[in-house]
Amino acid sequence: MGSVVKQRVLRTIILLVLGVYFILPLIAMAEFSTRGRGGSRSLESWTSIVDDDGLMEALVNSLLLSVTSAVLMLVLLVPTMAWIRLRLPQLQRLVEFLCLLPLAIPAIVLVVGMAPLYAWVNYFLGDSPLTLTFAYTILVLPFAYRAVDAGLAAIDLKTLAEAARSLGASWFTVLWKVVVPNIRVALIGASLLSVALVLGEFTIASLLNFDTLQVQVNLLGKRNAGVSIAVSLLCLIFAFVLLFALSYVGQRRRQTVAEEEILPGSN
Amino acid sequence: MTSVAPVAAAKPGGPTRKSGAAGRPSAAAWLVAVPFLAFVGIFLVYPTVLVLFGAFQDSTGAFTLDNLSSLFTGVVFDAFVRSIELSALTAVIGAVFGALLTWAIAVGNPDGMLRRIVVAGSGVLAQFGGVPLAFAFLATVGFEGLVTKFLRDNVGIDLFAGSAWLFELPGLTLVYTFFQIPLMVIVFLPALDGLRPQWREANASLGGTSWTYWRHVGGPILLPPFLGALLLLFANAFSAYATAAALVSQGSPIVPLQIRGFLTGEVVLGQENLGKALGLGMVIVVSIAMGVNVLLQRRVAKWVR
Repeated sequence: MGSVVKQRVLRTIILLVLGVYFILPLIAMAEFSTRGRGGSRSLESWTSIVDDDGLMEALVNSLLLSVTSAVLMLVLLVPTMAWIRLRLPQLQRLVEFLCLLPLAIPAIVLVVGMAPLYAWVNYFLGDSPLTLTFAYTILVLPFAYRAVDAGLAAIDLKTLAEAARSLGASWFTVLWKVVVPNIRVALIGASLLSVALVLGEFTIASLLNFDTLQVQVNLLGKRNAGVSIAVSLLCLIFAFVLLFALSYVGQRRRQTVAEEEILPGSN
Repeated sequence: MTSVAPVAAAKPGGPTRKSGAAGRPSAAAWLVAVPFLAFVGIFLVYPTVLVLFGAFQDSTGAFTLDNLSSLFTGVVFDAFVRSIELSALTAVIGAVFGALLTWAIAVGNPDGMLRRIVVAGSGVLAQFGGVPLAFAFLATVGFEGLVTKFLRDNVGIDLFAGSAWLFELPGLTLVYTFFQIPLMVIVFLPALDGLRPQWREANASLGGTSWTYWRHVGGPILLPPFLGALLLLFANAFSAYATAAALVSQGSPIVPLQIRGFLTGEVVLGQENLGKALGLGMVIVVSIAMGVNVLLQRRVAKWVR
């Protein structure tokens, strides 16, 4: 049939053209970051990543932040959302609204309001970059909310909780031994998304003057483009691996978490 | 945005109906929600309120509309116009090419490797691009970029003959397509997946061609999600900061970079709250785009399950 052939040709053209369009910058990054003196090839940019103390320190900050933010997000969100489904349906609308609110407020606007707030945070808690945990937990709320909500909607929470309660379980046991294991796929998805988001975040960290990975990469680019480009390529590859893994985590459902949840983020 | 409608639709029939047990929660039951509400109140609602109210205050805290009226004058107004132009242009480019790419992977194997790679790659660029994307561009079409050097040495074209376009609006447009097209793939894929093969078969068995299918079946069903995605892309480009900030270090052609100017100290005395007015302006533009998008999503939720 003619239309099948036509479809196949059109598909191949689209994939080829856009494929080149998106892969070319990656190749350019690999090429640029391996340039040596006088047109030779060298891995100097890559090896100096580890030697750069500022960069390593910032990377550690970002990794710690990705963990603390994911943990705070889970601790705040999971019990509250489960409890709302079980006992407080009145709060459903409000919590949904609050969790999705960051989507309507660009990070660059949020940081304007956070700057005076962080003056207080730093006064009480010190000026460790880890205080960014609070801001980042807000940033990941919309994505985490959707993932956790989908997880909770997929289980018969009420019956499970009643069964556990009638057997004498405390509410904490219900949460820890019934809810969490049943929605673990959703929780892994929410955590991976927030890790990726935190590692890529630049806006808030840079304008509140905290030293995170992206801030350092940007700063470094001013004097040594090669290293910054090497780290940038690493970041993109790492995020790709995370999201690729995520597409297998959500496998059992028709739509994967990665497909349905990703929204404007750290650009 | 895309999952709001299906999730909400699933609730009434689902296992978690509102029933007697939840009828009148005790005071203790409300306490469980306190940590979450307190946290969100301090770190989300308070900063938001600070921006929205601050836009209406002068430097002494008294009510004024001066900040808002200065949004419509001079460099600030120009920045808004440029931001809207940039966002609209890249939204259209992103939506058209993104839709083509989405179609190309949607007709393939749903569990295939190609689809997984494109979806994961799109997720990376759409959401986590930020600063790395700016450096990807320096490596490609910067002064010493791979493509720049290739064209200069082998073809004799100097990309920067006219101006330092990469660091101005044309450059931003080019860079923004690299997260707009992927975002389109992510928000548009569920809609294309929602097209049932039976519809195509029904069209064929009634003697329809590929054209009649897209004209009378596929097109009308996909139009609302397409327009919705277009609005989302617009809001996304309008809010984007990191890529532009890393690329453009001098001057503030667009609104987010203007706000950076206010935060990093380039503030004229007496205009401390103009940055908040800019924030309010951004929130209004984004909210309009998102609001229309939600209406469209509701409409389409009736058709595509």
